[in-house]
Amino acid sequence: MLTVAVLIVSIYYAAAQTKGKAFFAMNSTAGLWTCCLLLLAVILQLALYMKYRLQHVIRLRQVRRRQAQDESITVHIPQLNRHQLETLLKVKQQTKIKVLVLIGLGCSLSAGAQDLKPTKLMNQTGILITIILILIPVLVGIALMIFKLRRVIGHYRRKVHQEESGQLASYLDEMNDTETLHALSQRKIALDYSLNDDELAGTQAADDNKGLLSDISNAPDINFITRKKVAVARPPIDPALAKLVLWFLGTATFWLLFGTTVGEYVGIKFISPDVDHLSWLSFGRLRPVHTNAVFWGWASLAMLGLGYYIVPRVSNMPIASLKKGWYTLVLVNAAVVSGTITLMAGINNAGGEYREYVWPVMALFAAGLCITLRNFLQTIASRKSKEIYISNWYIVSAVIFAIVIVLVAYLPFWQDGLGETIVQGYYMHQGVGMWFMLFVLGVTYYFLPQQLNRPIYSYSLGILAFWSQIFFYTVIGTHHFVFSSIPWWLQTVAIVGSVGMLIPVTSGSTNFFMTFRNGWHKLAGSYTLPFFLVGLVFYFTGSMQGTAEAFRYTNLIWHFTDFTVAHSHITMYGIITFLLWAAIYTVVPRLTGKEPPQITVGIHFWLALIGLLFYTVPLMYGATYRGIMWQSGKPFIDSVVFMAPYWLWRAIGGSLMWTAHIVFAYNMYKMLLATTIPDIKEAALKKLSEQYLKGSISSPNQ
Amino acid sequence: MELFDNHKTLYSTALGLFLVLTLGVAILPAISNEKNNAPLPEAPVLSEDAVKGKALFVANGCVACHTQQVRNVEMDKIWGDRPGIAADYADNHRTDLLHNTATLMGTERTGPDLTNVGNRQPSRDWHLVHLFNPRTVVEQSIMPAYTWLFEIKDSVQEGDVVVNVPEAFLASTHQKVVASREALQLVAYLQSLKQVKLPGEKSPLFLYKREQPAAAGDGASPVLNGAELYANNCQSCHQPNGEGLKGAFPPLKGSKIVLNDDPELMVDIIMNGYTGRMQEGFGEMPAVGTLNKLTPGEVAAIMNHERSSWGNNSRKVTEEQVKVIMEKVKKQ
Repeated sequence: MLTVAVLIVSIYYAAAQTKGKAFFAMNSTAGLWTCCLLLLAVILQLALYMKYRLQHVIRLRQVRRRQAQDESITVHIPQLNRHQLETLLKVKQQTKIKVLVLIGLGCSLSAGAQDLKPTKLMNQTGILITIILILIPVLVGIALMIFKLRRVIGHYRRKVHQEESGQLASYLDEMNDTETLHALSQRKIALDYSLNDDELAGTQAADDNKGLLSDISNAPDINFITRKKVAVARPPIDPALAKLVLWFLGTATFWLLFGTTVGEYVGIKFISPDVDHLSWLSFGRLRPVHTNAVFWGWASLAMLGLGYYIVPRVSNMPIASLKKGWYTLVLVNAAVVSGTITLMAGINNAGGEYREYVWPVMALFAAGLCITLRNFLQTIASRKSKEIYISNWYIVSAVIFAIVIVLVAYLPFWQDGLGETIVQGYYMHQGVGMWFMLFVLGVTYYFLPQQLNRPIYSYSLGILAFWSQIFFYTVIGTHHFVFSSIPWWLQTVAIVGSVGMLIPVTSGSTNFFMTFRNGWHKLAGSYTLPFFLVGLVFYFTGSMQGTAEAFRYTNLIWHFTDFTVAHSHITMYGIITFLLWAAIYTVVPRLTGKEPPQITVGIHFWLALIGLLFYTVPLMYGATYRGIMWQSGKPFIDSVVFMAPYWLWRAIGGSLMWTAHIVFAYNMYKMLLATTIPDIKEAALKKLSEQYLKGSISSPNQ
Repeated sequence: MELFDNHKTLYSTALGLFLVLTLGVAILPAISNEKNNAPLPEAPVLSEDAVKGKALFVANGCVACHTQQVRNVEMDKIWGDRPGIAADYADNHRTDLLHNTATLMGTERTGPDLTNVGNRQPSRDWHLVHLFNPRTVVEQSIMPAYTWLFEIKDSVQEGDVVVNVPEAFLASTHQKVVASREALQLVAYLQSLKQVKLPGEKSPLFLYKREQPAAAGDGASPVLNGAELYANNCQSCHQPNGEGLKGAFPPLKGSKIVLNDDPELMVDIIMNGYTGRMQEGFGEMPAVGTLNKLTPGEVAAIMNHERSSWGNNSRKVTEEQVKVIMEKVKKQ
């Protein structure tokens, strides 16, 4: 079958050549066929592999049987009567037919696949990229299934061996030969000889005079869930800085909870539009409340908090000014509070996405950033190391760029007419790419190597990603307005820039995944690494999806639909939020000395991940069909009716995500405020020293 | 590298690169667009009410679901007669110190595009009842209800604009719904949204033409789908079941005009609008056919759909018949 598949590929290859088309071009039919056939070939190969394993087991079983019962079997065979022989032959025949049916089924399936005519849709690069991106998890699923099957076969093998042991048992039962028994008892005496276990260690108690061992537990403990590694204590951090960082992260958690509660409610309004009739809670006002609260409240505050931990740490200096950190915290929080209230009251800048806060509100935010920028720069200027670690490249640049972006977006000199739209495209995308993405990449460059306990794979790749990100990302903003009346050349530049984004994304992901190499075993024992892994997988797929969406043809189908909403959740949630969680779970236990309950961290992780998939996959599927309905000229309202089930799925996924955030808030509470069971040794020492102090004070009186 | 070990050179290089690119793709194109585009000569100036309505449109975040851009692709043709051009937006300026310019192009089309809604749906009565609760006129709509833009009264005073809301949407049958000044301003803005005619003959082309189903291949024009055309042009008032809306939009089911063997009056109403039943409380019918630039074939398809649906059973009309009547009733 494999050869047949390869044969078909080569036939198509020949056919494609005669047609004079580029074979591996994404838009050629032959290229698509090759992909499909290669996929089929992989699956077939796996199936064949499984078949051989199965056959091996069956053969093994047969051989064993034959060995054990050789004589009796040969004795029995001639004794079979006519009727019995007939049954036996029938059984044999049926197995043959079954094999034939299986092969036929396989053929018809592949024939069915061959009948699929690649439609015009399938010739589009963007669509193909998306399909391949979707195929990656599918293939992982198949691999998982194969592993499961292997285990099932393993079980079966064990069963075969057990049967054999039964036979052995009966053989042993019947064995009563004194000579053999004597030999066996001799053997037992020989085997019973053992060492005392203290030949090497001696009989004295162990003495760890270098202090190498810690956290030794002799109490047996049943693990209902896997015990993960707890945070290793770090060199002490200035408690005043720790307090500032924790305040940033705490308020960020509040805004996450608030922002997604609003998001959840807004999602429900798609299913039940008459749930309320209050002006302050109407959809158009709450939607920007949701997006801005999670952008400037949750993500920005969490990033800044982590920045205040990382920047002084990699500079090997205390932060230049703690006071400035507090100013930033207050200013950013004030911006989000006042922004939320003004939006709900109906005071809106002009309706540009993420630019809904009016300028006095955004000025608070920008002022906060300026103060922090000065603070970071002063800290780095006084650094003890010669070089600037790459985290600080990303983090400080992100703060600089964010200030530039806000200024460009809010200064009034170039906002008339279409100028506003051009700036809007620039602003909304730079906000995402040059503020959130750049900053979080910096955070990842610090925490991922630390959690894996190995240096980053390649410093140069990190630098390449940094400069290419600036170069390409800055120009892609207007791909949100493809086919609109902004200049055609500007649209083309944005599309070309979106393709150029492959460079920073591939180099960045390669760097992170290569850092992971040989460290995969650490994944199971850590509760932070799964968050990093999910964030990085989405970094690759989500960013690639962005490129796929930017093409002109994909714009026809996906632009204006909920596909964009799904994409922004894959990126802002899948990448940014997951990586922020990873960093928060890394740093907070180190600052407070309190661990989150591992079971609730697990619940948080799975609810968020499954929720995100429920949210995005149906929405992308439905949105694609909605775009096609628009293209074929169906009445608009039909496409609204069509979307209803996908909006319902979105609300279900959103609810799961929202529940995850409640669990996360609980974990934060546990890490920040919960009273933990005090360390008995610590408490005893404290008591002793108190007593000693008292004693030393009271002793003169005696 | 030395360059990257000095924080001043490192960050100023990054900032410099970013600023140069920012100038190139955002600031300079924005300024050049501002300078090189003027409003179209025929573009009307927004009325005072419409300006206030636009502010309400911005304040309530309507742009989250409604775009205002006709892209130069065939699939956007239903939202306007021609693709949008930069001059269409040239008259948008900052209105006051607090708010930025509102071009309101939008990025999401959860609801229909509004570039040309003033032509497509000119009826004030429809907009008011639709704003009060969109599900009164479009059952499957998921648009928010803007009830707070209306007052519910037991008695009507002079000058009140009463909205004919179906009883099912009111707490009691005695209640009267009166449009507030804000509601009227918002509707004034929506009515003002009309695509302006270009001065020359030529307008930009729509790209990505839809492939015509090569059905017969003998040159016969493809069969027009009357039900779809009805859904796009008539259904929001006369409803999918043809029964209209009690007290607001008259039924077509069993209507004398629809069932009349002589189609002249029906064509006249479609092309020129109708005020004949206003004394019964129904709203004024806009000249849907002329505003939406329906062809004789399309009008015939719609008429035949109406004449043969919901139990209506009247003689079919042909494209030629409609064409002749359209010429006859055409207003100069």
